[in-house]
Amino acid sequence: MMTSVQTNEPKRIHPHKFTMWVAMGSIVMAFAGLTSAYIVKKNQSSWLEFDLPVVFWYSTAVILISSVTMHLATKAFKAREMGRYRTLMTVTAALGVLFIVLQYLGFVNLEANNIALVGAKSNSAASFLLVITGLHMVHVLGGVIALLVMFIRAYSSKTKTYSSVPVEVAGTYWHFVDVLWIYLFIFYNWIG
Amino acid sequence: MSNEAVVHAHGAVATHEGHGDHHHEHHHHETFITKYVFSQDHKMIAKQFLITGMVWAVLGGLMSVLFRLQLGYPDATFPWLEDILGKWAKGGRITQEAYYALVTTHGTVLVFFVLTAGLSGTFANFLIPLQVGARDMASPFMNMLSYWFFFAASIVMLSSMFVETGPFSGGWTAYPPLSALGDASPGSKTGMDMWLISMALFVVSSLLGGLNYIATVLNMRTKGMSMTRLPLTIWALFFTAVLGVLSFPVLFSGFILLIFDRNFGTSFYLSDIFINGVGALPNEGGSAILYQHLFWFLGHPEVYIILLPAMGMVSEILSVNSRKPIFGYMAMIGSLFAIAILAFLVWAHHMFVTGLNPFLGSIFVLLTLLIAVPSAIKVFNWLTTLWRGNIRFTPGMLFAIGFVSLFISGGLTGIWLGNSALDIHLHDTYFVIAHFHIVMGVASMFGMFAGIYHWFPKMYGKYLNNTMGYIHFWVTLAGAYLIFWPMHYEGLAGMPRRYYDYSIWESFKQFVELNRFISTVAMIVFAVQLLFLFNFFYSIFKGRKVTSLNPWGATTLEWTTPINPGHGNWVGEIPEVHRWAYDYGKDGKEFIAQTTPVGADESEHH
Repeated sequence: MMTSVQTNEPKRIHPHKFTMWVAMGSIVMAFAGLTSAYIVKKNQSSWLEFDLPVVFWYSTAVILISSVTMHLATKAFKAREMGRYRTLMTVTAALGVLFIVLQYLGFVNLEANNIALVGAKSNSAASFLLVITGLHMVHVLGGVIALLVMFIRAYSSKTKTYSSVPVEVAGTYWHFVDVLWIYLFIFYNWIG
Repeated sequence: MSNEAVVHAHGAVATHEGHGDHHHEHHHHETFITKYVFSQDHKMIAKQFLITGMVWAVLGGLMSVLFRLQLGYPDATFPWLEDILGKWAKGGRITQEAYYALVTTHGTVLVFFVLTAGLSGTFANFLIPLQVGARDMASPFMNMLSYWFFFAASIVMLSSMFVETGPFSGGWTAYPPLSALGDASPGSKTGMDMWLISMALFVVSSLLGGLNYIATVLNMRTKGMSMTRLPLTIWALFFTAVLGVLSFPVLFSGFILLIFDRNFGTSFYLSDIFINGVGALPNEGGSAILYQHLFWFLGHPEVYIILLPAMGMVSEILSVNSRKPIFGYMAMIGSLFAIAILAFLVWAHHMFVTGLNPFLGSIFVLLTLLIAVPSAIKVFNWLTTLWRGNIRFTPGMLFAIGFVSLFISGGLTGIWLGNSALDIHLHDTYFVIAHFHIVMGVASMFGMFAGIYHWFPKMYGKYLNNTMGYIHFWVTLAGAYLIFWPMHYEGLAGMPRRYYDYSIWESFKQFVELNRFISTVAMIVFAVQLLFLFNFFYSIFKGRKVTSLNPWGATTLEWTTPINPGHGNWVGEIPEVHRWAYDYGKDGKEFIAQTTPVGADESEHH
């Protein structure tokens, strides 16, 4: 009977990776809720039409490039090229921070053009942009923190990890926030 | 396969993918802190959820007793109330502000802290790894965080009751403008800020838990445990987790917008508002209805988040104690699935009278009434499981049968309320209160009690006292009907909910005696719950000891673990599963455990 415990089961997805996919589904729902609210609100009275700040185009480019560096970092880790891995992780995290800064500059730009994001004079159109983009920035920040933790881990001599699962999970998340921003960017410009 | 066999075989066999790579019986050194406080053992976390939920159930129940006191005895004064509540019960009578705060907190606490965290938090944690054959959750650390976020949420909610302006008092749904404007009422000030913080923490807790439950069910099942061999408890807890993971983020989105309206002067939900003593507000263009959409997109699935775990446990307990396979196993899964899908498509039936487009309303009526189909399938399957069964009336079984009774009674009134035309009359009346308390509140409490009575031997290695269990059951069942049945009549007569005093109201003066009767029963039922709590804590220490591995003669995996399983659940290798969870009364055998290989001479198996 016991020999039957020997197994040739198909390889299942690692639980942590799977958890990340479910978590991404969950995050999608939060943004789906907000963008639906945006559409509902837009179809009601007193919706302010305004152009997106130009800097959002630059931030879009930045986050796209960061996805490429993240992908290369994962590849480097799997090839055990740790020096290259660390460099690419640093670049990715730095691009993440740059993205957040650029988004912030976009908000500053809007305020400078007399489009109030919050406060008594604000219109929901601008407030929505702030809330949705801001929530996305928080998610990118979460990714940056995850990258920093892994960066520190890569230097730690005590725990040598050979499992690529954490890197892959972080990579998946990073590409996810990238795609999420692309969705939001298209949504603001052409759908919403 | 007995544990002993596994122990001896351990080491000679290869472990299989994903789990089993650490044999936990020789624990890491456990201190008091890592074992009882920051534990990563799913069984301990389950107990933490359960006991925290019990504390909240007592507080939330006590609140209902206090406001029932006001409703039942609107003219009386109770000096002792002023002693314990101070300015909230000046002259021995609960003030209006306190009344609204009590109703609001009662609702929030019972829905989220007791019936979500206390119910699915407890049993998803306890049963999923044990019944799918896993050593622990996919991420025990996240699981621990899930509990501590809930704990933090609890502390913040508890603290909100002690702030000067009182806890939030605008109803558990926290509709703006009452929730968005601090000037709107005393409870809308600090109390509301704390309510929001607490609920945000709670959402994080639910999401961390839900992610884990889903990943564990899908990825951590032991060898042979295909999805269609899972006990129905696991299916129900799985759908519950899916509902939570997909709907709580939407609530969170709604809360974010609410926070901006409250604190940063935006106008998502606010428009053209004039507050007495403050004047006209500058907010323009917002829509309070938008919040209702976002809230009920969670709010309705939340009802099933509360109910599905109870359904799952009841299915399991009915089958075990009828000594019969569950009737229509696949239909049970199918109906759970149908309910989970429909849960997302009916939220606007909470909003029929908000000016919703009647055509849209009729679509939501149709989708709402469709829920009757999977619900009826479940009820018939429960009844046919009982039919000609060899029933053992344990307290757990009685509560499971009580659940079916309450689910039928409360479900039928759901058909009334799901009609948008009837809802014009019934909306926001005591009919609604009666409906959801029976079908969601009390029914799920019954499911929870059934689960506690049934799995207490596995949790603590002791039995609960049966006599106290029977008293608890009969008084609670009779009490539940005596409290909520009369409310249907009050609601049909048009008596609105959420009012402080009905005795000054010409149309509803006639209900003064009835209200007093309801209040009296409520107090008796509350007292009986204290008896249950006594039974629970007394039995943990002094209860009759469990002496056999499988006291109920059940087929599922949790009963193959040692009587007091350590962290890791099984000594040695995790058992392999060879059959579904419901082989009762098959081929002349009373029951066949899931771990028993299929014999050559067996009739057809699943």
